[in-house]
Amino acid sequence: MHSTTRSRPPTGLVLPAAVAAVVAVLPIWYLVDRSFSRGWAEVRDELWQERTLQLVLRSLGLTAAVTVLSVCIGVAAAWLVERSDLRGRGVLRVLFTLPLAVPSYLAAFAWISWRPGLAGFTGATLVLTLVSYPYVMLPVMAALRHLDPALDDVARSLGKTRRQVMAGLTLRQLRPAIAAGALLVALYVLSDFGAVAAMRYEAFTWVIYGAYRAGFNPARAAILATVLVLLASALVSAEGAARGRAAAARLGMGAARAHTPVRLGRSATAAAWVFAATVLVPAVLFPAWRISVWLRSYASTDVDLGRVVGALGNTVLLAALAAGATILLAFPVGVLAARYRGRLSGAIERSTYIAHALPGIVVAISLVYVGVKLLRPIYLQTPLLVLGYVVLFLPLAVGSVRTSVQQSSPRMEEVARSLGNGPLTVVRRVTAPLALPGVAAGAALVTLATMKELPVTLVLHPTGTETLAMELWRHTSVSDYANAGPYALALVAFAAIPTALLGLPRRTARRGHGDG
Amino acid sequence: MADAALTVAGVRKRFAATDVLHGIELTVPAGSVTAVLGPSGCGKTTLLRLIAGFERLDAGHIAVGGVTVADTTTHVSLPPERRRVGIVPQEGALFPHLDVAGNIGFGLARGPQAQARVQELLALVGLAGLGRQRPDQLSGGQQQRVALARALAPRPSLILLDEPFSSLDAALRNQVRDEVFDVLRAEQATAVLVTHDQQEALSVADQVAVLLGGRIAQCADPNTLYEAPADLAVATFIGEAVVVDGVVERGVVRTALGTHALRPGAPPAGPVEVVVRPEQIELVPVQVDGGAAAVVTGRSFYGHDGVARLQVAGIGSAVSARLPAGHLPERGASVWLRVRGAVSAFAPCSAEG
Repeated sequence: MHSTTRSRPPTGLVLPAAVAAVVAVLPIWYLVDRSFSRGWAEVRDELWQERTLQLVLRSLGLTAAVTVLSVCIGVAAAWLVERSDLRGRGVLRVLFTLPLAVPSYLAAFAWISWRPGLAGFTGATLVLTLVSYPYVMLPVMAALRHLDPALDDVARSLGKTRRQVMAGLTLRQLRPAIAAGALLVALYVLSDFGAVAAMRYEAFTWVIYGAYRAGFNPARAAILATVLVLLASALVSAEGAARGRAAAARLGMGAARAHTPVRLGRSATAAAWVFAATVLVPAVLFPAWRISVWLRSYASTDVDLGRVVGALGNTVLLAALAAGATILLAFPVGVLAARYRGRLSGAIERSTYIAHALPGIVVAISLVYVGVKLLRPIYLQTPLLVLGYVVLFLPLAVGSVRTSVQQSSPRMEEVARSLGNGPLTVVRRVTAPLALPGVAAGAALVTLATMKELPVTLVLHPTGTETLAMELWRHTSVSDYANAGPYALALVAFAAIPTALLGLPRRTARRGHGDG
Repeated sequence: MADAALTVAGVRKRFAATDVLHGIELTVPAGSVTAVLGPSGCGKTTLLRLIAGFERLDAGHIAVGGVTVADTTTHVSLPPERRRVGIVPQEGALFPHLDVAGNIGFGLARGPQAQARVQELLALVGLAGLGRQRPDQLSGGQQQRVALARALAPRPSLILLDEPFSSLDAALRNQVRDEVFDVLRAEQATAVLVTHDQQEALSVADQVAVLLGGRIAQCADPNTLYEAPADLAVATFIGEAVVVDGVVERGVVRTALGTHALRPGAPPAGPVEVVVRPEQIELVPVQVDGGAAAVVTGRSFYGHDGVARLQVAGIGSAVSARLPAGHLPERGASVWLRVRGAVSAFAPCSAEG
């Protein structure tokens, strides 16, 4: 008989994790199968065009511009909220996170409906930066909280100024967090469909959607999608390099001491408020104002309110289903990745991250193909749509689960084993309860992402099922802003709930919640 | 051996390119406390993890309570949950999502008997009435006692303690240690304590296994270990030692410190390395046969006694002499010394083990 110590993961974990991996790589199978359906010549003809190069450059240009701007805003905002003595930084923390609740296409239409001239590169950069800088800010905030203040003190005592400490020590320690955030932003921009479509900027996703919609030329859509996936994969591996070796050493289990807030002088305080206003007015106030304008004109028309409520119900139901299914599949993968390092668990984890590089539009059209070929009974049914969300958001959930499992000591699981529990029982009695906060955060992320998601929803929704995002898209894309108003309000209001939860500082233990 | 709670034979383990353990032999009698003592990096935690089943053997045999739990020749390797080995880790590793009673009862099947056992153990470790507390509401010493109670609850054949007191501050350490071993003895448990603290090992253990360079260099009761070390490495690792070169001749050994009687086991003749304990050195007013001249280069006063550092012709480093407090000489004084009692001597190559 052989033991099931750390080197060998229990079958009860490997099987569901393998299912998750298979689900995650389904779209890749489609891409390969379709792209080469008509042989190499077709692929070459399709790619060997000036237009393709232009597309690549346009997409990369937009990605670079938005990523650089988001890193600047995200790091500055995180530092202000975590390290300065600025008054009201608790409120600022939530306000700075709120743009996550605004779907990119909604923000885009808010600007376009006000100043149509913004369409194009400028508008797309503006909108995408304002909705995606929180992806940098949140990990950097978390990293700043976990840096050991003793390191700063040591550097200061060795004669470094605060500015030198910030540049030389803090930023270097933040590198993994910044790289991870920048990757999220870059992938978000590369795969965003709504904003570039609304801004009429010819990026990859919009062209793929066009190819899929117009001629039903599946090979062309698939070939372009493959190029897009390759670009995204290159970004993922570039992040691994930028993260450097620092990522291997954990940032520590939380600092022993809290950081002393940095005192801002009068001029620095003023500058901080100008910065906050420059970000928050266009990112939060402006969309809110546009929605209120739309709502006012909506009040004068007469549209079925029951339709809004129905769409809201569908959105919440789909988001809950997607979050539940994604966490269920992500949990075994996350536990394997955190606890059983090995070739098998490594391969499983990496395959779930493939979806990281899969834009929603690619997942959508590939699942149409998979649905027609393999899953006929659920084609254009709720389960296939939920499967689409799962493929798309599995990396988000796996990341949350893995991080939170890693934060608890493996010694605890060993103790539980020595007390007579099998590996799966230990997962149920120890690993899962300890990972609960991280799992909840992952569920919130998936809920939020599902509510805002557009391309998968547009392509895979069951006939007759309308969601808030779809109704919003339907009305805004034909400039019927008055009727988009109530959907926009409902979507942003509900998406703000999980967003606010993400912005709040995570409590580390259940301190003070003892019931005895 | 029927009485052994733990038998370890021929155990080898390597990680990547380094041999961590090569050929460990250890027998722990039931109801006793054995300390595995070694410097950090000697493989003692690896040995403990092999016994508990958290790592796999590369070769060898381990039996717990007479049951083979791991054997590479018969391909037996029981998972940790079937070995009946309790473990008390360094940091306690209490489950933060459970209260104290939940932690202690973790390894017990639910039921009234479990309740009773939890209450019994709470009382035994002196925490009666604190069952509903959360682990983070306890002091470090209380957490260690809960960790011990948790390990004892299912009545395992063997308890492993992995440097359980090293995270406690010095003032608390001795007290918690005494409490823990009182509890272990009250439960008549067999325990293996892994530690790098020789005072801890010598004071609580019935037998001490010295682990040096991936091997058990010696396994003996504390007194034997100190008085009759098996080799030079053990002699210098346990307690303070003055090591000087010497030559064995006709049953005695001559060194720069004089002529000394030999303990049994010394080489019959030839050059040796001699281990003298600082408390064996005494100062005498006049030159005596078999003594040596010295100059006092330093002194440390400890209250109950003190140590004089002496320079002796023919010895490169300072020689420490532990002396009664009233007999410490002044710095710079010229004195005569003599070694009391027999000394241990080892062939010069024995340090390479």
